[in-house]
Amino acid sequence: MSPRLTALDALHRSLGATMTDFAGWDMPLRYGSEREEHLAVRTKAGLFDLSHMGEITVTGPQAGELLDHALVGFISALGVLRARYTMICREDGGILDDLIVYRTGETEYMVVANASNAQVVLDALTERAAGFDAVVRDDRDAYALIAVQGPEANGILASVTDADLPGLKYYALLPATVADREVWLARTGYTGEDGFEVFCAPADAEHLWNALTEAGAPVGLVPAGLSCRDTLRLEAGMPLYGHELSTDLTPFDAGLGRVVRFDKTTNDGQFVGRKALEAAAAQAEANPPRKLVGLVSEGKRVPRAEYDVVSTDGTPIGRITSGAPSPTLGKPIAIAYVDAAHAAPGTAVAVDVRGKHEPVEVVALPFYKRAR
Amino acid sequence: MSNPTHLQYTEEHEWLTAAEDGVSTVGITKHAADALGDIVYVQLPEVGQALTAGDTCGELESTKSVSDLYSPVTGEVTEINQAVIDDPASVNSDPFGEAWLFKVRVEATDKLLSAAEYDAFIKA
Repeated sequence: MSPRLTALDALHRSLGATMTDFAGWDMPLRYGSEREEHLAVRTKAGLFDLSHMGEITVTGPQAGELLDHALVGFISALGVLRARYTMICREDGGILDDLIVYRTGETEYMVVANASNAQVVLDALTERAAGFDAVVRDDRDAYALIAVQGPEANGILASVTDADLPGLKYYALLPATVADREVWLARTGYTGEDGFEVFCAPADAEHLWNALTEAGAPVGLVPAGLSCRDTLRLEAGMPLYGHELSTDLTPFDAGLGRVVRFDKTTNDGQFVGRKALEAAAAQAEANPPRKLVGLVSEGKRVPRAEYDVVSTDGTPIGRITSGAPSPTLGKPIAIAYVDAAHAAPGTAVAVDVRGKHEPVEVVALPFYKRAR
Repeated sequence: MSNPTHLQYTEEHEWLTAAEDGVSTVGITKHAADALGDIVYVQLPEVGQALTAGDTCGELESTKSVSDLYSPVTGEVTEINQAVIDDPASVNSDPFGEAWLFKVRVEATDKLLSAAEYDAFIKA
């Protein structure tokens, strides 16, 4: 099967991007140096094509109740034009995907799934909609998604829209006119920086990309690929499905139990996975098997996903889920699940880097937090 | 991107100079450096180490991946480029020049490609 192309495909090629197959999409991995792109997002701004993300619209009088039933969050309690990070779990508590849900109207929500899980989420929502007065619509082809992330993002957007940006808080959205095009403008992102995500019609994507490029060029905005997006989210301690999250883990295993809202009042408090998640919560409280931690190395070799974490005497105590050289810290970093006994910040452990034990230190996540 | 015609190449993307007093210089190609992305760590063989053509003799790590370095020849390492170990990013900026990797006294070579053959190989 040939990969799917985003509405910005020709533009990426004209910019000389290195493309990569990502969840069935041909996406820009980097345009030049991924390290430079990473640092531009931290200090100026980066422009991302995220059109592979999967938009699913849920509408109807019981749209909120359906999402309360299908997801672990208390979605109907979300204010109109607000967004929430949440998850969709199986009946056994295993994570199917992590999501952002935007409440786009009184009876309308946009669920944004990872590209790799979009079909799974669509199928699960459709199945779970039975009995609710709500409609689940596949809107993957209805939107392109462009993100502007970094400390200059606010100024760049302000130069191409009259939307009330000071009033647009983190995890909120607005219907807005950006560069003469109607879009959903959200203050969300996956980089640890201030920034915006622009959901637009695919036909408008190239115009918006060019307008944002022109507006951002004077302040150092550069096109940024998925490679730096991964190191940015890693430094910010944000989980990535398929690495920190999987169907073998519950939100409590991943240290993200806060997204599970047992206090929901809709549907008599019932939702898919509740029983298993209550048990997982009790287990995490009483006897956490493994904890998600950060690791920092003073060496040069990079601890990577799937490498074993070992104690100082060489006993296996965990597994790395993501790792990379951190451009901001200037040293290799990783996220790992390690046995609770070795999970305290400051603990000296090691990583088995292809047979050689490289010393690393356990640190609290995130590795990077922007100054506010 | 052009591959210098005075060099020979391998399908593992190393380049090799013609031997001078029996010693050749080895590096990786621009094509390989571009494919790896930002290189952050280089591990080279040691001076005096006996290499076998086609065997791994070091490692290159980039942001996203780890790649083995293969020796294009059989022979003894006579010199390594410490500057590349100190500044791995130089492999991205000047892979055919300043960022050579090591020198080796050539006893035998693996199958080597001309620049034209290597061009055709990476386009295939």
